[in-house]
Amino acid sequence: MPAIRVQNLSKEYVIGGRQRPQETFREMLADAFLSPYRRYRRLRGDASGEERFFALKDVSFDIAPGEVVGIIGRNGAGKSTLLKVLSGITEPTAGRVELTGRTSSLLEVGTGFHQDLTGRENIFLNGALLGMSQSEIREKFDEIVAFSEVEKFLDTPVKHYSSGMYVRLAFAVAAHLEPEILIVDEVLAVGDAKFQQKCLGKMEDAARSGRTVLLVSHNMTAVQSLCGRAIWLDSGSIAMDGDARAVATAYLEGNAKIALEQIWEDPDTAPGNDRIRIHRVSIGPDGEGSTGGLSVATPLRLAFEFWNRAPAAQLNLSMVLYDIQNVCIFNSFSEPRSYPEGLVRGICHIPGNLLNDSKYRVRLLIVEDTSVPLIDLDSLAYFEIRETERPGKWYGKWVGVIRPRLEWETECVRPTVK
Amino acid sequence: MLDLGELWRYRELLGVLVRRDIQVRYKQTILGVAWVILRPLASMAIFTLIFGMLVRVPSDGYPYALFVFSALLPWTYFSSAVLLSGNSLVSSSGLIGKVSFPRLIIPVAAVAGGLVDLCISVVVLLAVLPIFGIGWTMNLLAVPFLVLGIVMAALGVGTLFSALTVAYRDFGHLAGFALQIWMYVTPVVYPASLIPERWRFLLLANPMAALVEGFRAAFLGKPFDFAAIAVSLALSAAVFAAGVAYFGKVERRFADII
Repeated sequence: MPAIRVQNLSKEYVIGGRQRPQETFREMLADAFLSPYRRYRRLRGDASGEERFFALKDVSFDIAPGEVVGIIGRNGAGKSTLLKVLSGITEPTAGRVELTGRTSSLLEVGTGFHQDLTGRENIFLNGALLGMSQSEIREKFDEIVAFSEVEKFLDTPVKHYSSGMYVRLAFAVAAHLEPEILIVDEVLAVGDAKFQQKCLGKMEDAARSGRTVLLVSHNMTAVQSLCGRAIWLDSGSIAMDGDARAVATAYLEGNAKIALEQIWEDPDTAPGNDRIRIHRVSIGPDGEGSTGGLSVATPLRLAFEFWNRAPAAQLNLSMVLYDIQNVCIFNSFSEPRSYPEGLVRGICHIPGNLLNDSKYRVRLLIVEDTSVPLIDLDSLAYFEIRETERPGKWYGKWVGVIRPRLEWETECVRPTVK
Repeated sequence: MLDLGELWRYRELLGVLVRRDIQVRYKQTILGVAWVILRPLASMAIFTLIFGMLVRVPSDGYPYALFVFSALLPWTYFSSAVLLSGNSLVSSSGLIGKVSFPRLIIPVAAVAGGLVDLCISVVVLLAVLPIFGIGWTMNLLAVPFLVLGIVMAALGVGTLFSALTVAYRDFGHLAGFALQIWMYVTPVVYPASLIPERWRFLLLANPMAALVEGFRAAFLGKPFDFAAIAVSLALSAAVFAAGVAYFGKVERRFADII
């Protein structure tokens, strides 16, 4: 008896609703006299003649009880939509989903937290929203508080909490859910390093105690270590379903189609959250006169643009570079400073003759107070560095993760006297 | 359509949401509980001045201030309940997009939250009545039934409005305007007896009319118009059924449009 059964699931969205200005009641009334049936159908969900796209196309899979499955895929592949349908938040357009067992979904950290209520009050509120009964929350109250490390501030309104405390409290409540099926969407990507370890630990506990866990993540390391199985979603369909390590490697390989430039025009659908939304990523040669793509000698310019809705925060951009084998090459970040609200651009210059020839994957984090990642976007962009013409007769692959051109001094220190 | 079993399972969540709304409301005002009474008292003072003294609207032989106050209580509850529940879905858009639960709980919580305020105001009114020489009568026993009728009407209209506000954002403004007009077609500041006999049947179309007059009758000791109240209760039940039915039909699309 599978814990989760998905059969021919499809989910269609009507795009027109987003890009058109929201219809007003007055317009509706006016139209109602002209075509009453057409307007009624809009709310009913039969909107024909508007642009539609399938977030999920005919997806089918079964998950057995106790399996820990990772869902991976590029941004926009349909992962969050799949979780929403599984969680019962939105209905399938076609197909069906069946979940057997008490299900808890963690699609966002701190859902329903009310700023004016204290930490204590929010624990009960958030817990209830996540499906815990009040008696259950009372039982686990002390554990939750201990996990969150905010004992001292338990009776202060949450609006006075730092972002780190907020996240810790929110996750602490969620971590103490004991459902049979746990569905988690990228919530591991918040909090500082120490906290992330705690979260991963909790997820491991859940897995070890035989719970079925469905995890969406861009963190390939977490997916490969936590999950036995992974499903790769690409543009709404399953590209691959199998052993987590195999699928993750295939995904990374397959994704190194070069994506040197990506733009998200609409701040509401761009990756991110209500404080930061990414607008554009652009990778190219630094300076003019460079043609023929990116070679090992080409200095690189990586430009990131994001909409900043956190004007008071001290932000820095942190970029992590991985090669095709998921080896981390380096992590480099900008100086923390605050930016006014609006579109912010950060440019990172990588000198030429540093990176080896390989395909690379870019991960960008935008961090607050040098400790709390506000967004963490793995697989944001890809680029390839090619080999150049080399002097001499050696044609093998230049080894090493990096290949800096270093200063060498050579001289004869003691000639043999004849 | 209306899955009572599911609603029952989520009753704790309903309690938590109501408690949250009340906690937040009282934390935010310096006056706290006092504000609950001050609002209708202030309206009463203004209406008494304008309609009672300047315009001299008749008040069936009772002191105008009490006459209008006893009607303001149910009306204020109805009006705030409808407005709050009308906007409730949109204000809780975060929850709707992230947590699974029967969406009906949200407007129901908004309507339920106002009942606490109503109770406090009723206590105040009961305390004030003897001061004006009006004793408590058996009529007061009708109050729970009248409140039930008002709650049903508020739920019906509130759930309908909340669903419409999700689809059409400007509806919230229209709702406020509609309620203002609704107050004037309900005998709050004037008695039903002011309307000429042959047109009085039109009031039956407004379920709140008989319920407000009934509320007044309960506290002031006037005779009830049982026929009108019965019609209003039936109408409220119908509005409730219609509102909830419409809500149920469009509920599945909320997470997608909100």
